[in-house]
Amino acid sequence: MYKHKWNDYQKEIADDKYFYARSCIRQTFFPGSETAFVKMMREEMKKDILDVANQHTCTGIGYHGDIIPFETTSAVVGRLMSLMTEAGYENYVPSCITSFGLIVEITETWHHFPELLEKTREDLYKATKREFNLPKNIAHPSDIIYKFRNELKSKMKYQLVNKETGKPLKGVEHIGCHYAKVFPDRGIGGAEFPVVLSGMIETWGGEVIDYPERRHCCGFGFRNYLVQANRGYSVSNSHKKFESMEPYEPDFIVANCPGCAMFLDKWQYTIAELENKTYDKYGKGIPVLTYEELAGMLLGYNPWELGMQIHQVQCESLLDKIGIEYNTTEKYTGVSGKKIFPPEKPQNLIV
Amino acid sequence: MQHFDTIIIGGGPAGLEAAARLSKFDKHVLIIEKDPALGGKLLLWDKLFPDFASSEELLHQLIENIKNDNVKVSLNTGIKEIENEGGLWNIIDNHNNKYSAKALLLATGFDVFDASRKEEYGYRIYPNVITSVDLEKILSGEVSHAEPKKVVFIQCVGSRDEKVGNHFCSKNCCICAVKQAIEVKEMYPNSEVYCFYMDLRMFGESYEELYRKAQQDYGITFIRGRVSEVSPTYHGQVQIKAEDTLLSRPIRLTADLVVLMVGMEASEGTVEIGKKLQIGGNYDYFKSKNQHLADNLTYLDGIFVAGTSKRQMSIPETMKDAAAAALEINNYLN
Repeated sequence: MYKHKWNDYQKEIADDKYFYARSCIRQTFFPGSETAFVKMMREEMKKDILDVANQHTCTGIGYHGDIIPFETTSAVVGRLMSLMTEAGYENYVPSCITSFGLIVEITETWHHFPELLEKTREDLYKATKREFNLPKNIAHPSDIIYKFRNELKSKMKYQLVNKETGKPLKGVEHIGCHYAKVFPDRGIGGAEFPVVLSGMIETWGGEVIDYPERRHCCGFGFRNYLVQANRGYSVSNSHKKFESMEPYEPDFIVANCPGCAMFLDKWQYTIAELENKTYDKYGKGIPVLTYEELAGMLLGYNPWELGMQIHQVQCESLLDKIGIEYNTTEKYTGVSGKKIFPPEKPQNLIV
Repeated sequence: MQHFDTIIIGGGPAGLEAAARLSKFDKHVLIIEKDPALGGKLLLWDKLFPDFASSEELLHQLIENIKNDNVKVSLNTGIKEIENEGGLWNIIDNHNNKYSAKALLLATGFDVFDASRKEEYGYRIYPNVITSVDLEKILSGEVSHAEPKKVVFIQCVGSRDEKVGNHFCSKNCCICAVKQAIEVKEMYPNSEVYCFYMDLRMFGESYEELYRKAQQDYGITFIRGRVSEVSPTYHGQVQIKAEDTLLSRPIRLTADLVVLMVGMEASEGTVEIGKKLQIGGNYDYFKSKNQHLADNLTYLDGIFVAGTSKRQMSIPETMKDAAAAALEINNYLN
């Protein structure tokens, strides 16, 4: 009989030799996060992680926006796997949570309908002369960081602790829908209480806030945002979450989905400008981080190399609470040394 | 090796009633019970639906009925081995005692659904989320609880639920929630009581009347809707998100106490013996030979089944089923 308790659930995560599949949107939204993950794996964990140049979209956004059919997505995923196969890797690590959900969905579909796998192989071969093996393991990078959270902690320079009070910092975790809501057994801890991010926060000294709208949608919801007329739904969802978490006075938000981190960050600006409302005491908003930024920040990586200045809500309030040193003059200097100009100042949100 | 006419496995209402009936037919019976006391799941309830009868008094009467020389009871006893030899069923218990009988009655009952498997309801995560079994202890005064202002009952927890693998209806929870909601209102007259249901199945005698009374006389609000999640609030209450399926609208309620109406599942003993004797049917309950004509018989000669080890039943149904099983066994032995 089917008697799972999902919060006890632990999934299998490969130990080494990862084929890293980059995300199309994350590199724009959080330009330092993927590089930080590769660096962490190679330099801190001494893992073999392949980051090839000839990657492409998984079609996730188009697929979930109903503009790309299943057959096309299936063939495109097949091509991504052919890159992995060609390189001699078997553990597929898609950076984006939607890619992760999509790859799991496609491979599950192939598992249950082998004729679709054969069709995909045929389509891909006809179009590109490429062939592929199925991955032995599919894990999201947040799974891998969770797996090595204790090892990473031993290398961290900072903890999620307020340096003035000595108390744990309070974090809101937000899990992407495509992480475990579709396939609960593919997320650590299942769909209702995944521990992939809360485990990181707690291991690294912080405290997780359990608030009424914890599992509510971040506000992205694909067509809620992608169709311009629906954007009111998107912002109202984020608004609902902020109102719900506000009494707990969170010090930061961390997400493992590009959409969640993006919208929980940017809609704070929108709400501040629309209603002159911010969700911290000082009018600066609640900093929103990716899990790589969270780990990288505690490892002592330069916050500007991590790309934290690209967020709408600025991260200095969090860096100051932890006691992380940073150079303000470097904030808007690009990695090449070229000056990148600061964004325009909003009217209400303090940046 | 001790010999009996019938060995009954399970000392709950079905086992007790069957033993009492068989003893009246002058048959020698052994009841084997794994727990330290007789009564089975009857011990978990304070009052019974629909007439608020005392479960303690019922159990007392059931036990009185087996107090005669024909019935022996072995408590704290598990089953290690069951095998048939020359038309006799031999049993070795966990104390290595050996018994034999021509007929075995399996009355191993049900287990209450473990509500923590429905993680979205927050059982064992949030202290003000309890089950219908926990509520009985509050209603009986065994456990104290601060006076709640708003109480929400959630029906079908672990029943009619594909996610946990139980498609069946547990049948008793609807009327049990009505009974408990009335008891809550009587205990805390100022409280507001809500009950979320899929559809209310008031099939038994005077069930419908009690449901009407709950609404008219006690002001209990019944909402047709599925609860999607329960989460904590800043002030220590819990927030419920649901869809009102009559209004087709999402709704949200903040409550001081949430009661999960937990369903029935085949008990561990039922599953174990069902596998051992290969008589397990749907959802690991015992499969009877014919639901219409031979519902207390199995495909194994001399093995009989009764009560909730077969399927979901109320207590009156269980008693009648046990009486029928006793008749079948008596015919078989004669």
